[in-house]
Amino acid sequence: MTDNDILVEVRDLKVHFPIKRGVLFDRTIGHVKAVDGVDLRIPRGQTYGLVGESGCGKSTLGRALLQLTAPTGGEVVFDGVELTTLPPARLRAMRRRMQMIFQDPMSSLDPRQNVESILTEGLQTHGIGGNRDERRALIGEALDKVGLPRWALSRYPHEFSGGQRQRIGIARAVVLGPELIVADEPVSALDVSIQAQVVNLLDELQESLGLTYLVIAHDLAVVRHISDTVGVMYLGALVEEAPSDRLYTEPLHPYTRALMSAVPVPDPDVEDRRERILLAGDLPSPANPPAGCRFHTRCPWAQPTRCADERPVLRDIGGSRVACHWAERIASEELRPNHAGAGVTRASDGGEAPESVPIPAPTVKADSTDG
Amino acid sequence: MALLDVNDLSVTFARRGQRTVHAVDGVSFSVDAGEVVGLVGESGCGKSVTSMAIMGLLPRRPGTRIGGTAVFDGTDLLGLDDRARRDIRGRDVAMIFQDPLSSLNPVIPIGLQVTEVLARHRGMTGDTARKEAVGLLDRVGIPDPNRRLKEYPHQLSGGMRQRALIAMAVACRPRLLIADEPTTALDVTIQAQILELLKELVQESGTALVMITHDLGVVAGMCDSINVLYAGRVVETARRRPLFRTPRHPYTAGLLGSVPRLDSGRGEPLNPIPGSVRDVLSWPEGCAFAPRCSRRLDACLDETPPLVRTHDGRSYRCVDPVPLPGVVPAQAGQPGTPSPERNEEETRD
Ligand SMILES: Nc1ncnc2c1ncn2[C@@H]1O[C@H](COP(=O)(O)OP(=O)(O)OP(=O)(O)O)[C@@H](O)[C@H]1O
Ligand SMILES: Nc1ncnc2c1ncn2[C@@H]1O[C@H](COP(=O)(O)OP(=O)(O)O)[C@@H](O)[C@H]1O
Ligand code: SF4
Ligand SMILES: [Mg+2]
Ligand SMILES: [Mg+2]
Repeated sequence: MTDNDILVEVRDLKVHFPIKRGVLFDRTIGHVKAVDGVDLRIPRGQTYGLVGESGCGKSTLGRALLQLTAPTGGEVVFDGVELTTLPPARLRAMRRRMQMIFQDPMSSLDPRQNVESILTEGLQTHGIGGNRDERRALIGEALDKVGLPRWALSRYPHEFSGGQRQRIGIARAVVLGPELIVADEPVSALDVSIQAQVVNLLDELQESLGLTYLVIAHDLAVVRHISDTVGVMYLGALVEEAPSDRLYTEPLHPYTRALMSAVPVPDPDVEDRRERILLAGDLPSPANPPAGCRFHTRCPWAQPTRCADERPVLRDIGGSRVACHWAERIASEELRPNHAGAGVTRASDGGEAPESVPIPAPTVKADSTDG
Repeated sequence: MALLDVNDLSVTFARRGQRTVHAVDGVSFSVDAGEVVGLVGESGCGKSVTSMAIMGLLPRRPGTRIGGTAVFDGTDLLGLDDRARRDIRGRDVAMIFQDPLSSLNPVIPIGLQVTEVLARHRGMTGDTARKEAVGLLDRVGIPDPNRRLKEYPHQLSGGMRQRALIAMAVACRPRLLIADEPTTALDVTIQAQILELLKELVQESGTALVMITHDLGVVAGMCDSINVLYAGRVVETARRRPLFRTPRHPYTAGLLGSVPRLDSGRGEPLNPIPGSVRDVLSWPEGCAFAPRCSRRLDACLDETPPLVRTHDGRSYRCVDPVPLPGVVPAQAGQPGTPSPERNEEETRD
């Protein structure tokens, strides 16, 4: 792949928030390392999915990429231009090309503005469309693209359902003709039947407008569905990155495996046969991440050497990038999960040896019975 | 008779100047000891109101009407006075809410909240109660339980609070536990821990569990039988496997077609249900799902579809249900006749 095909490149990106204490003097007593050294590239026209548990730094990464939060360190290159050192005026001009969609359409839309005024605002800010008629034409096109009727223009956000509000949020981004859209949990506030409408809409828009997406979501099934490449974050860093299908069929990092095995699948046959890797405890605080491998305090495969004191870097393993010292030996099952602190359970029967594939191939016949 | 038998439960909220809301409209289901029964449906379909009504937790307001019965071990919970209800709640019947903060007392340490429950319902005091509390917190996977006993709810993470709440629910060994979206606010890895705990409780103590969720994946892994709700009505009831293999109500089928699955590939198109729950008929008769239904017939608009019960114990409210594979589509209004081999599979679960 040539560098021209890369629309966005993030290099060693860091966002550290100061933790302040004190009444008179704001003393900085430490830092939350929300994003702590992330490298990733997004090819033009593709979708990069970012998954991980709440608080792992997904939203912060998305905002820092768009320069909505100032990075503490590292670079963001958008279409060949480094953004972190760009003068404000030039950055403003670039902004039109990078838009964002938010999780909760209600709180991201001003309740006192009608749809027309919501959509006009961005056009005016960026000086697009010479007069009212031109802007109306652009807005009309945007409404068509997201599947909203023209009468929506004079209505207010509260008059729409959640799915329609998310369409308004998408129209607000699309009307500016962006190349990159960062979508932060775009469907997680929506009902299942509405989620699918919005997911399909995002897919269609990508196809027709050649959009590049960074989709941030905690729902792995949604992310798998819409992403070409998926990055898994844990405590501010990527622990694995792989083509979407490969990540799900061959997860290599222990955290990815645990995450995959925890996602419920709406199919009793699959659910009854799956091995679940239960992690002990909760996510450690990002203000005070564990030394060595950040996952070692919860990792079922943690080894007495290296894990606690040497931070693993992302390495290429057969087309995936994985940050685990022992990934190959875990994949070959030479290393087995230790049962101390974490457990591997099987759904209905306890007798069989655990399988290494979190979701067994659907061809295996189910013979478990319940009730 | 089942441990809990909910029959024709209905809840309406009337407010002056506003349309009366039929939040729950003739809901019936039953739960046996050691059984997990799911209530599944989208936001606003009446899951929480159903559970609050059974638990007697709906605010008593002039406009609120509750009808039907909820018979628990021979006693109609809906007919109890406050005292009797408080007595049964906590001892025999417990509930876990979606937001654990709202049901924990913010100014009392976790440990004291657990020991209070133990004192009230199992007569334990002093060191015995404290030891039991530590054991319970440990069992629900709270690390370092001795220290945690002294902490206040806000000092615990969301997952930890939910586990503390489960510890309190388990403390009195309830015979019936109603869990309303117990894991919706949590990350999947924590969700997996908590679901595992609930399964253990059912298996080890024979607790009857009513699992309320919008997540079809959770239902597939947990529930023995499932009630699908739409707009306050149960539109389909079935055992787990038949429901997922051969959904009969178009809404159930639509839901299953909408969810992206972790084990299906990139780009396989989803089949959303058109419209939204807000699209309702402007008159109360007729099937509430009709405005969004691809199988809609004229009959669907005229009257509430009757409950069709099939020989294998499933039921649905639909005039033109999704045909079973290998079955000649039924005439409108008549249930299809399943072929013999289908039959066997259906009754197996
Ligand atoms: N006290 C109340 N007064 C009036 N309407 C109410 C009241 N409580 C609930 N409702 C309405 O009853 C219906 C069912 O609400 P309920 O909370 O049971 O939904 P739910 O299925 O639990 O949804 P969710 O998945 O969002 O929790 C909704 O239309 C809701 O707006
Ligand atoms: N403005 C801020 N100030 C201080 N801490 C923040 C700020 N924004 C986010 N954080 C912290 O950074 C971490 C990552 O947050 P976030 O990126 O929102 O996670 P995610 O989107 O993955 O849930 C969290 O610990 C969060 O509390
Ligand atoms: S490096 Fe060690 S602790 Fe980290 S994921 Fe790999 S095995 Fe687990
Ligand atoms: Mg976020
Ligand atoms: Mg609810």
